[in-house]
Amino acid sequence: MIASRSTILSATEWLSARARWHPLEFVFWIVAFAAIYLVPDRHLILTEIAWLGLFALSLDLILGYAGIISLGHAAFFGFGAYTAALLAKYEIINEPVVAMLIAGVAAMMLGFVTSFLVLRGSDLTRLMVTLGVALVLRELANRYGWLTGGADGLQGVTIQPLFGIFRFDMFGHTGYTYCLTVLFILFVIARRLVNSPFGLSLLSVKGNPLRASAIGISVDARLVAIYTVAAGYAGIAGALLAQTTAFASLEMFSFDRSADLLLVLIIGGTGYLYGGLIGAIIFKFMQDYLSVLTPQYWPFWIGLVLVAIVLIGRDRISCWTTPIRRVAARMNWRTLGSPQVAAPTEGP
Amino acid sequence: MTLVLETIDLTKRFAGITATNNVSIQIAKGARHALIGPNGAGKTTLINLLTGVQRPTSGRIVFDGEDISNLPTHKRVRLGIVRTFQINQLFGDLTPLETIGLAVSERRGQGLDWWRIVGSRTDLVMEVVEILERFHLTDVIDARTAVLPYGKQRLLEIAVAIACHPRVLLLDEPAAGVPEDERHEIIAAVAALPTDVTVLLIEHDMDIVFSFADHISVLVNGALFVEGSPEEVAGDPRVKAVYLGEELVDV
Repeated sequence: MIASRSTILSATEWLSARARWHPLEFVFWIVAFAAIYLVPDRHLILTEIAWLGLFALSLDLILGYAGIISLGHAAFFGFGAYTAALLAKYEIINEPVVAMLIAGVAAMMLGFVTSFLVLRGSDLTRLMVTLGVALVLRELANRYGWLTGGADGLQGVTIQPLFGIFRFDMFGHTGYTYCLTVLFILFVIARRLVNSPFGLSLLSVKGNPLRASAIGISVDARLVAIYTVAAGYAGIAGALLAQTTAFASLEMFSFDRSADLLLVLIIGGTGYLYGGLIGAIIFKFMQDYLSVLTPQYWPFWIGLVLVAIVLIGRDRISCWTTPIRRVAARMNWRTLGSPQVAAPTEGP
Repeated sequence: MTLVLETIDLTKRFAGITATNNVSIQIAKGARHALIGPNGAGKTTLINLLTGVQRPTSGRIVFDGEDISNLPTHKRVRLGIVRTFQINQLFGDLTPLETIGLAVSERRGQGLDWWRIVGSRTDLVMEVVEILERFHLTDVIDARTAVLPYGKQRLLEIAVAIACHPRVLLLDEPAAGVPEDERHEIIAAVAALPTDVTVLLIEHDMDIVFSFADHISVLVNGALFVEGSPEEVAGDPRVKAVYLGEELVDV
């Protein structure tokens, strides 16, 4: 039987639909880059949003695409941060970009080793194991104070100029451009990854591991792979924080940081990559606004928002963004032509 | 007779029960082999053992002359031992197109490709569409699997397995729960399976079993009870007593 041509055309269209860039995505990134010139007085908070967005993107890769829940993602963040800060402090690697990449690779190695702990077990087991790993790392950093500075944090770090040219200034101008560029490049890579056959296999592993293995997928190997990649992303996010503040501290490993991260991702919604970025924007601006309004009690409002979101979401935590995404999908069709339009182009 | 799949004294014990008891079964190349038996006879456990979902307590499984008792599931699939499930095991959030696309790309060893976009290989899309057409799934090609009618989901169960290019296909009650008016599509799909694929069929519907099988094994209480051609099994008084008799009692 020969497959009909029109079906093949629309099938190709549908299979690639997820990967196509949506007009709103262009708007999002143009605005983000335009902010370099338009709002120079807000670069400090925008820098924080950029690395936090990257950190949340990393969690989305494992939670939204592979179904691995974690309460210890700060382990990789802190590991990357300390790596970058130590490389700078002891002047081992002076180029920030190279140090950042090394921090990412170091975090990947840690991710690879610890990934075997999250392969088995329920969500609860995974929460506890990831939490435990982060606690262990934090205490190791505390114990080996001669290297890490212990409870005082790693002080006396000087970050050399980017490419030997651009100094990290106290207004975050260089920092924001740097973090945003790294975020954008890593976002594009993650976007390719989740829309590839490998990304599709992650969704299948998340959806039904029994069937995934019954079509020849090594479930464990796929989970190890994405956990390792996500750890690298988190490590780079940590490195960005360490480099833009010239500091690393035990707090970077803390439970609070992991928990906040989960909050950020849930605010933005899981499983479509932008959730972490949008969550980071909302979280940071809310924190900024509320901490001015009620310096002591701002977590109260964050908590209230979280409860509201989960109640609206109900069945699935990512649900509350679904209506927005549906509208976006409809706009996409009108602009780019629906798959049905593709069928009549069938040639002779 | 060339054997393709064979078990030797296969036993599986769970706490207290012996689900599979010293089963030695031989499946000939190209066979249409049916496995029947009353509920709880251990049919699905046997499939789980053959596919590596569960590990045997003792005994061996030989595929193509090679001992595969300790191979994990996904490696057995690569060798060509593929199954369907009695209770649908599909990817609810994916479409039939994506599901088959995934199975085909995994079979072709492109599952670790993380850079190319899923729909970018024309030959892959052609094969996927061809499979979906063969299983009458083109009208629901881009619907979420979770919202498909049950009959379509059952067809997709078999289509996914076929996309893996099985050499031995283990069908676990393909028609289970399918309403009468959608049944013929399943039966036609099973009957139309390529002849070079060896099929082991578990089914309760005796019409399907006897129209399809050229060899029948009867499993009772985890042990192999009777084996033979459909005529021999149908005429065996012990089978009537134990198996068909029980069905009559049920009625």
